[in-house]
Amino acid sequence: MTIWILLGAVVLIILYFIFTYNGLVVLKTRIQEALSGIDVQLKRRASLIPNLVETVKGYAKHEKDVFENVTKARSALLAANSVPEKAEANNQLTGALKSLFAIAEAYPELQASGNFKDLQGQLGDTEDKVAYSRQFYNSNVMDYNSKVQMFPSNFIANMFGFSKVEFFKAEEEDKKDVKVSFSDKT
Amino acid sequence: MSVYSQIASNKAKTVLIIFLFIIFVTGFFFLIGKYFQDPTTYFVIGFIVSLVSTVGSYFYSDKIVLLTTGAKPANKNKYFDLYTVVENLSIASGLPIPKIYVINDPAPNAFATGRNPKHAVVCATTGLLERLNRTELEGVIAHELSHVKNYDILLSSMVGVLVGTVALISDWIMRSMWWGGIDRKEDNRDNRNPLLFIFFMVMLLSTPFVAMLIQLAISRKREYLADASGALLTRYPMGLARALEKISDDPHVLKTATTSTAHLFIESPFKAKNTRSWVTSLLSTHPPIEERIKILMSM
Repeated sequence: MTIWILLGAVVLIILYFIFTYNGLVVLKTRIQEALSGIDVQLKRRASLIPNLVETVKGYAKHEKDVFENVTKARSALLAANSVPEKAEANNQLTGALKSLFAIAEAYPELQASGNFKDLQGQLGDTEDKVAYSRQFYNSNVMDYNSKVQMFPSNFIANMFGFSKVEFFKAEEEDKKDVKVSFSDKT
Repeated sequence: MSVYSQIASNKAKTVLIIFLFIIFVTGFFFLIGKYFQDPTTYFVIGFIVSLVSTVGSYFYSDKIVLLTTGAKPANKNKYFDLYTVVENLSIASGLPIPKIYVINDPAPNAFATGRNPKHAVVCATTGLLERLNRTELEGVIAHELSHVKNYDILLSSMVGVLVGTVALISDWIMRSMWWGGIDRKEDNRDNRNPLLFIFFMVMLLSTPFVAMLIQLAISRKREYLADASGALLTRYPMGLARALEKISDDPHVLKTATTSTAHLFIESPFKAKNTRSWVTSLLSTHPPIEERIKILMSM
């Protein structure tokens, strides 16, 4: 009799292990999927930059620093591998683009150009999409992290090396001032 | 977690509805067969009809709904805000981007249909797009996408089409009874059981009513749920609250909505505000909008 109860308990524990392990695997896969969703938007954002720079150059040739900053931030974004790196590079690019758009304000012909307006609209849309895909990623990370930390699933997580995953940090650039220099302008 | 149990319950309910529908229609045909003294043939016909219409409504309910409401595919350039809002919120909720449709009607309203997130449709009226700003539109679309994610769309679209089928069948039988049933061969008349005839008539008349009640029972609670999960998605319940206010203040009535599609919409397309008796609240497809706004405001 006792042996059956013991056996039943062992089977239950094994089943719990299997379900928890599989649950963690599913959650982790969802995080990866969500991350690739962010990557799609970041790539789209990066791919719009060269066109934008060319368009603005056509009207404001002298703002070399700004173009350089934007191009640098773009390649940093494309080179970024880890989540914090990507978040950081994306924030850099946001800052650099802000200066670019601030400068563009001073060129009415540029503002009136259909191409510029179109690119600006597309960039704005892509930035929204980066934010939304980040929201999805972070909500998945939250689900996963709470399972990794909660009792008793934390035992299984520890045993099989499931560790906490970092959130994709929101931009802090909004708080900083935008530096614009019109030094080359006459 | 609750989303997944919601999905499971919706799928189970869909199976149940299909089951009930098949039994109901087949039984119905069987009774008619008894009346016309050929139960087997009618039984088989009923079974085939119900089977075909369930399979058909599983695969085509979204198209049927779009057809009856007169929705047209939305052009991205013309409806840029609608398009990008749907895209963005789909990304935020991790859903594939649904097909986007527009109904050309001044009454502000929206609905979602389809059988699963991969075959989903979100539809808004032009009145809605004109009246709402982007944040309010986000609230409405988030509500609709919650219906998609929960598989509410599967259940409600199938119910819509099946209820429509029941109504169609009973209507058709009623007519054939009226014109064909009475002046059949007089000598056969005595063989028919009058009790059966009365039972049959009662059933016939109550069919659309029963179908309607099923439809109502299914739709009311899920509106609150979709409001809440939509607000979770946009993190801004006020957007949807304001949108609902604007929608309920609008005097227009959506022309293309029918009783079998009414429960799909975000707010009942028939305005019946001035008659708030228990009968209207029993028969209304949606919870009172003031209540929904109050709950959203307190989030």
